[in-house]
Formats: sequence, C-alpha cells, structure tokens
Amino acid sequence: MAEPVLALIGINKAFGALKVTDCVSLAVQPGELHALIGPNGAGKTTLVHQISGVLRPDAGQIMFKGRDITELASEKRAQAGLARTFQITSTIPSLSVLENVALGVQARAAHPLALLRNAAEDAALNEPAWAAIAAVGLTERAHVLAGRLSHGEKRALEIAMALTLEPSVILLDEPLAGVGREEGERLIALLNSLKGRYAMLLVEHDMEAVFALADTVSVLVYGRVIASGDPASVRADPAVREAYLGEEG
Amino acid sequence: MTVEASTQAAPPRPAAPARHRPVFVIALFLALAAVPLAVTLGLPAHWLTLVTRAMIFAIAALSLDLILGVGGLVSFGHAAFIGIGAYATGIMITEGQTEALIILPVLLAACAVFAAVTGAVSLRTRGVAFIMITLAFGQMAYFLAQALSAYGGDDGLTLYEQSTLAGFEPFANRTTFFYVVLAVLAFCHVLVRALVASRFGRVLRAARENATRVTMTGFDVGRVRLVAYVISGMIAGLSGFLLANQTEFVSPAFISWQRSGELIFMVVLGGVGSLHGAILGALAFLIAEDVLSGLTEHWKVIFGPMIVLFVLFTRGGLVGLLGRLTGRRDG
Repeated sequence: MAEPVLALIGINKAFGALKVTDCVSLAVQPGELHALIGPNGAGKTTLVHQISGVLRPDAGQIMFKGRDITELASEKRAQAGLARTFQITSTIPSLSVLENVALGVQARAAHPLALLRNAAEDAALNEPAWAAIAAVGLTERAHVLAGRLSHGEKRALEIAMALTLEPSVILLDEPLAGVGREEGERLIALLNSLKGRYAMLLVEHDMEAVFALADTVSVLVYGRVIASGDPASVRADPAVREAYLGEEG
Repeated sequence: MTVEASTQAAPPRPAAPARHRPVFVIALFLALAAVPLAVTLGLPAHWLTLVTRAMIFAIAALSLDLILGVGGLVSFGHAAFIGIGAYATGIMITEGQTEALIILPVLLAACAVFAAVTGAVSLRTRGVAFIMITLAFGQMAYFLAQALSAYGGDDGLTLYEQSTLAGFEPFANRTTFFYVVLAVLAFCHVLVRALVASRFGRVLRAARENATRVTMTGFDVGRVRLVAYVISGMIAGLSGFLLANQTEFVSPAFISWQRSGELIFMVVLGGVGSLHGAILGALAFLIAEDVLSGLTEHWKVIFGPMIVLFVLFTRGGLVGLLGRLTGRRDG
C-alpha cells in the first residue's frame, strides 16, 4: 500500500471526563475518498477540528504528507494543502462568489497580502478562481454575493474555495447536511467528479451518499473507531449494524 | 493552478456588475475646495478655520474607519494617536525643531511603535474586551501626557512657532493651510481606498465577517489586523501633526476618551466602512457643533438628542441616507 497522505495515529481528546476521541487511528491514501460515519455525538466534528488544527489532541500524532503536523497552526496546515469545509457553511457573505474563491487563490499567490494593487481586477487571482468556479458548476452565479446563494450553492462554493488551495486532502464536514434532495444529488455528482483527483475525508450522515461515494468507510462510535474497510464489509459488520445502521431501521 | 474544468464545457462567464462612479466623493471634494472661494463671497470668515479643523478630524475619522468599519475592530482609544502626533510635533517645535521633514518621520515612527505594541496586546481580544483594552491604552497615553510637566503637564503646551516644510511656511497663511489639509485628506482617502481594494484589504474585510474561514484559507488574520492597526494609527498621527499646527497648542484633552468616542461617533454618523462616510461624518459633527453652540450656550441639550435620533433613523449613516435619496446603492 502507498504512503498515506493523511494519517492519524492514536489520537486522544477529552473534555473533562468525557472522552470524545478515544485512540483513533486512520489513514487516507492519495486520491482516496475516505468516509467517516457515526451517530450524533460520536465525535466526528471534534476529530475534524483536530485534523484542521482548531483543537489540539491530548495525545497522538497527525501525519500529513509524511510530516508531523500535530502542533502546526491552522493557517499553516491550509498552506501545506490541507483544506476543509465546515458543517455549518462558512463563506464570506458580503463578498461575491468570485471574490470568495479568489481569496483562496490569493492565499497561494506570490504576494498574498499586496497592499495597494487592486485585487478585484487581478487576472492572476481571477483566472484560477474562474476555473475552480467552473469545476463546481457555479459560473453563472459568479458575481452573486455569497450571502444570497442557496444552501447547496454555498456548499459548492465552499468546495471551490477548498480546491483553490491545491489541496492534497480535503476535509468535508457534512457537506450534504440541510441540503435538499435535488441539490444533494448535484453535490454528490460534484464529489464524484473530484474523486481520484483529490484525497478526501468525508464526514457524512447521509448513508446512501456515503456508500455510493466512498472507497473506504470508517465508523466512529463514542469517539472510537469500531470498524474500517470497504463499504460492503463495513455494511455487513455486525457491530456496525448494532451501533449505527440498526438505529436507522 | 491545477483545477480542471469539468468535462462538459463551462457556461460563459457573466459580465461583472457595473461599478458606480464615485460621484459623491468627487462632489464632496469639489465642495470642500470651494470653501475659501465661498468665504471671499460672504461666508463668515471663521468657516475657513472651522472647515480646516473639520478636515483634520476627517483624516482621523477616516483612519478609524479603516479598522472599525473595514476591519470590524471597535477601537476606543484612537485619540491617543492624534495625541502622540500632536505631542511629538509640540515637543519638537518647543525644542527648536520646526522642520516637518524631520518631525513627520519621527512622529509616524512613534505612532507605528505605539500601535504595534498596543495592537499586539489588544488584538488578542475581541468585542467588548477589545474596546476596553484600547480604552485603557488610550487612558494610559492621556495620563502620560498629563505627567509631562516639562511640556505643560495638565495645562497643555503652547507652541510659539508652526512647522516649516523644506524651509517654507505652509501653515502661516490660513488659505494655504486649508489647501494643505485638503490635499492631505485627499491623499489619505485615495490611500485608504486603495488599501481596502487590495489583496490585503480583501483579507481584512473577509476577516471581519468570518475570521475562522479566512484562517482556514491560510491567512494569519492577527497579522493582517495588526498591520491595519499600525497604518490606521500612523494616519491618525498625521492628523495630530496638523491639529497641533492649527491650534498652536497641545493638551491632554486631545487624548481624552471623550475624543475617542467622538471619533467613533463621526464614523457611525457618516456610515461605517464607506470611508467617505467618515469624512462626511467628521464634517457634519464639527459644523453642527459650531452652528449649535453659536445659537445657545445650552447647545449640548440639542446636540445630544439630535445625535440619538439621527443614529436611530438613518440606517447606514449619512452615506446611507444620501444613497436612498438619490436611489443609489453607494458612492
């Protein structure tokens, strides 16, 4: 097996007496879509927060492209190519779609904080931004303010913003949450089109989507990974059926 | 960039929405430039001094709008920078150094250092804590000025000379002084506008709305805010230099927290974040103060409620009001 692009090794995190992450180890291979599922309160978002640097684990190691990033600041992780989207959509409402995406391009540009040159008409930022916008199918909405997009469009915008970081791994925190059926199908098609080109860690509630998209599925229950493998074997795992799938009926 | 378009051809790019031309801004500066002419045509002579003073405060309000309106950081100690600028000018003139080409670099460096040190501490906090810490630093500067017994202490410092510029005396004539201040204001406005529209400004604006997102995109938000804070402090220091030369007097009152509050009010009155709104707010504030205090000695009884009503009933300040009156979104 190839060297994983992202590896968690024995991550632990407790809030007081509550163990929210209990010795979690998992690996994401290059180009792989690795889904992380689990019932509410299983600690999925807490885990994503630790990977993206919002929270520090109490113990364990996070390896990204062969480098230990456990102590690295969030913005440094993003610069290194670890992009994330949020469970609650996170865009800049008063900037247009194009500007939101150009902001991501800017982070990777030669002078990310140039002081005087006009940014709105900067082709060096806008051209890559247009490409990312086209990749998520938002071209016609490029000049609309992000705050006025529909929920599904905001999700797509977030993914476009993540793409501009030229990421090695994209962390997707429940991209389908709260999205209607039609928009959800469009997003699933979008994720499918990105599969293979980017390694993705997908945290998701929508079981249908997960089993359709994922190369590997890991199941998190009470902060602990109880099963990990290809979708078929995870679906068949009795512990998973009892802890999680059973509840769903 | 390696993002490839999806297999089907992307739809054509929509045209960018047309940008409004800055009609208000141009009209505002033309109106200001005509004030000396209006004075020769019969406007009371003290208006030349009044508008000069208002433009000096407009520079300070503009600098505050950069961090308050654009950056979303409510600084309650901005008068400290006016004070540092004014005191640096006053002290150097008292010590016999009147040349602006020497005074200005020293003053700007002093403001930059004060901003960098206080900003590094206060920018670790948000919201009310940030307001209180900037207020505390402002009060520190105020008490420091009071303690400067060699330079007037509590009573303030009278200047017996004005600054010179490369040997000339641009402040000796009131009309020349007026146009110097107008030029500085125009320059600062163009500069701050350019800053806001730049890559730097885009990050600053974005961080006001969603700092987490900006951090996750790979920017050091704290550093961007600190740079904005330092630039803002330096511009406010410049207004202190002009103020000291106009009043030929410097006192701790320049730094009082009431003064910082007035600056915030000027920005809010004009329209937060629009830049020319801060200029409009400062002009309106100082002119209203002057006109009302000429009518009655109890003018504050009118001014206070007027301010409250104005803020309650004009969303977006004067700029928002003008926009609605003329059916435009902004200047």
